[in-house]
Amino acid sequence: MSRDFVRRLPDSNFVFERTAGIGDKLHVDVITVVLLLLISAYGLLILYSAVGQDQNALMSQVIKLGVATTVMFVMAQIPPFVYMRLAPWLYLMGVGLLVATYFFGYEANGSKRWLRVPGLFGFQPSEIMKLVIPMILAWYFHERHLPPKNKHVFWALVMMLVPATLIFLQPDLGTAIMICASGALVLLLAGLSWNLIFGAAGAVVLAAPAFWFVLRPHQKDRIMTLFDPERDPLGTGWNIIQSKTAIGSGGLSGKGLFQGTQSHLDFLPESHTDFIIAVLAEEMGMVGVVTLLILYILLMGRGTIIAIQGQDTFGRLLAGSITFTFFVYVFVNIGMVSGILPVVGVPLPLVSFGGTSILTLFAGFGILMSIHTHRRIML
Amino acid sequence: MPEPLALKDHSGESRVFFERAVIGFGVLIVLTLILVARLFYLQIIEHEAYATLSDKNRIQVEPLPPVRGLIYDRNGELIADNVPTLNLTITRELVSDLEVTLDRIDALIGLTVEERESFHRRLKRRHRPHEPVPVRFKLSPEEQARIAVNEYAMPGVQIEARLVRHYPKGEMMAHALGSVRRINETDARSLDPVSYSGTNHIGKIGVERQYEAALHGTVGHKRVETNARGRVMTELERIEPVAGRNLILHVDSLLQRAAIEALGDRRGSIVAIDPASGGILALVSQPSYDPNLFVTGIAYDTYSLLRDSPDTPLFNRALQGQYEPGSTVKPIIGLAGLVTGMVKAESTISDPGWFRLPNEARLYRDWNWTASGMGGHGEVHFQKAIYRSCNVYFYGLAVKLGIDRIDEYLGLFGFGQDTVLDLPEARDGLLPSPVWKREYRGQPWYPGDTVNIGIGQGDMLVTPMQLATMASVIANRGKWIMPRMLKTPDELLPPPSRPMADVDLVPDHVWDEVIGGMEKVVHRGNQVFGENGTAWAYIGQDINYRMAGKSGTAQVVGIKQGEEYHEEELDERQRKHAWFIAFAPVDDPQIALAVLVENGGGGSSVAAPVARAVIDFYLENQYQVAGVRP
Repeated sequence: MSRDFVRRLPDSNFVFERTAGIGDKLHVDVITVVLLLLISAYGLLILYSAVGQDQNALMSQVIKLGVATTVMFVMAQIPPFVYMRLAPWLYLMGVGLLVATYFFGYEANGSKRWLRVPGLFGFQPSEIMKLVIPMILAWYFHERHLPPKNKHVFWALVMMLVPATLIFLQPDLGTAIMICASGALVLLLAGLSWNLIFGAAGAVVLAAPAFWFVLRPHQKDRIMTLFDPERDPLGTGWNIIQSKTAIGSGGLSGKGLFQGTQSHLDFLPESHTDFIIAVLAEEMGMVGVVTLLILYILLMGRGTIIAIQGQDTFGRLLAGSITFTFFVYVFVNIGMVSGILPVVGVPLPLVSFGGTSILTLFAGFGILMSIHTHRRIML
Repeated sequence: MPEPLALKDHSGESRVFFERAVIGFGVLIVLTLILVARLFYLQIIEHEAYATLSDKNRIQVEPLPPVRGLIYDRNGELIADNVPTLNLTITRELVSDLEVTLDRIDALIGLTVEERESFHRRLKRRHRPHEPVPVRFKLSPEEQARIAVNEYAMPGVQIEARLVRHYPKGEMMAHALGSVRRINETDARSLDPVSYSGTNHIGKIGVERQYEAALHGTVGHKRVETNARGRVMTELERIEPVAGRNLILHVDSLLQRAAIEALGDRRGSIVAIDPASGGILALVSQPSYDPNLFVTGIAYDTYSLLRDSPDTPLFNRALQGQYEPGSTVKPIIGLAGLVTGMVKAESTISDPGWFRLPNEARLYRDWNWTASGMGGHGEVHFQKAIYRSCNVYFYGLAVKLGIDRIDEYLGLFGFGQDTVLDLPEARDGLLPSPVWKREYRGQPWYPGDTVNIGIGQGDMLVTPMQLATMASVIANRGKWIMPRMLKTPDELLPPPSRPMADVDLVPDHVWDEVIGGMEKVVHRGNQVFGENGTAWAYIGQDINYRMAGKSGTAQVVGIKQGEEYHEEELDERQRKHAWFIAFAPVDDPQIALAVLVENGGGGSSVAAPVARAVIDFYLENQYQVAGVRP
């Protein structure tokens, strides 16, 4: 698809010159890839400590990263318009799978999240929706005038809330929130009027008490625990007390890599999955966490630039949503582990152990790179 | 719904997007700074607090219980030691189905419902799932074997060895030594939780209770790093416990055994004291019980059997049994008479067999009074009053002395108070006085009360320990050495709460008269009827050392337990208690004792032979006295 050409704007002498480098030819954004690899390598180091220097677990994660990177490069080759055309079908398929999960999914840990392809593998349709929702909304607004009209906003919300509700019913509050966040980000970036934004924020605050009644007891517990972890120190409060202890005892420079007592003596639960940031904070201190945060910010800065440089609404909205959703993961995870947000099951991107989330994230960055490297105008 | 066609404003949209993206990135930076602020708060400002919390998490202090001090008798024989016992324990963490495991154990060694319940109670008390919790204490070798063979099939079930108090002499020493019991919740409230953190037992009675602080020792501890499940990963520091002090008691377990044998299967008590040291050589209360039963927790029905037995085996007669002293107090009344000059040793009275107060019709009988008027002891002088145990002599003397002086002299010999240094259960007895009677009975003191007390009857109550102490003070000619169990280390001996002053206002010739009278109780024989010492016929005929003694009989007012429910025993249980106090050899007293045989009948006929047997045994073992009848 990519074709070299030079376009001259009619009222200026400025020349936009297409200077396709090797990265563009391979549809790879070098900065993104370098940052992703840096974060992944850093993440592997933390994970290696968190799993108690178990090389098998480390290798398993390396393999997952390898697979995810491959997927990313493949996704980057597919031009954005293909994603745009596929978006409605992917969406319908995704919702269909969620409905199927609702009826045929199998239960694990009290929630139905998995759909099993008999004899082959199991997967979480909700994970696919993390990418499909920004895609479908970007597709929707691509065709419409921006800033969006109220009725378009309404339909966009319907498109977002149908799968979100299905996921919430699984129940998987964390993913439902992330889906809503990615959709809301598309709306915000599309130029949703500030009145609506603040109105919606106000409505959420007002509706919060009503929302309370929809929550399941364990979810209420988690929110209560946020305000007072000591109310049930051995039950719901345990995780948060232990993670705060791990973070706080790390201090400025930490107890040293592999030296964390909270994680290695099993006080810290979920230390290699959702609570892995506490391992980093304990062993490498504030310096280690801030280093990771800087890497994240650089990656998201790059994502923001890619989004801004996007050439059409679909590309811009999708790239922006992918980038900022990534940050929502980071913020919700670290906020939860450090005790300023309630505990919702959100992994720390690129660091937490587990294949599904890494695959989705890398796929997202593949789309991001596709958007960036399939441009016709280079700025 | 066709809309008016409008061209898409591409540059406008991209401008809006740019604006929004920049704002979005700004928000992102702000939120990141919030996270950094949170980290700063946790990691820098609150770092100390969380570092402490983290250490508390992982570092546990585990107590190392001290080994309880051993107790030896005067011959160096162990009378309280610690033996490993095997307990069956279950570690909750390792057991998948607790009830199934308990059923399996039940099938192997049989668990009672009670045992199961108390296991569950113990399980609740310990919060850490890795700690073994006892199911059965003291496995027998057979049970141990049954468990050992099947242990592989029952993960989490273990046999654990612990040091537990053991009394090798069993029931023989139970009342002399006291015992330890499991610490119950009431104890736990008053104990120092640190120093008892690893200890399951505490001295509850007797010597074990008195010297608890010394016997217990000092708890040690180890600081260990544990994981979240409490499993010990590494040991960081260890302070060894200091074992409790070993004690050597005055008690002589050989003498104790001899005394128990002399008492036979009769109920009663024997207390023997070394007059020179005050050391308690034997402290017998029969029937007794096996203190080992109580150490690891006694089964309820075994306990109720002991508790409800009419023979009251748990009751320490030597220290807590309070009886009428009967004629055993006569030497003291006589001594008071001589010292105060109310009577002279040579002067006599005429005993018709009864005594009557002026202006009173009531007759106070002598023990050999007969309705026909043939009773009485005839002409009675001081020593005869003692060796014949003449009541009429002491009735008259008591009236002459008056209750105040009687109380004063009896008090000098330790009545009405606890003079034992280190047996916390010893009772005071009762020395009645007009003040006491008004206060507790709401009645005035009648002259008849004074008459009665002259022969040790009425309200006066003494313990065998008190009578043995009196015998010891007489043997020492008034020198007080308060009775004690502990021989070494003597610095542990508690100071007396009220030291006893020596009875030093008694002139030597008075001691000669009193002790001479008591000697004749045993040795005056081969006389005409009514002239022999009361005990001579029973113990004095073949004795080859000089013994001073005094018999007594105590009227049974009532026995606390048993009577009402065992009417067929009423007769036996209403018989008088037999007393005999003695010390020997007279010129160099080695042993002073009191013997009580409950419902035994006559003091001289029943209690004196027991006293003789005990003293024989002691002197034979001390001096190898030749020719003593075994």
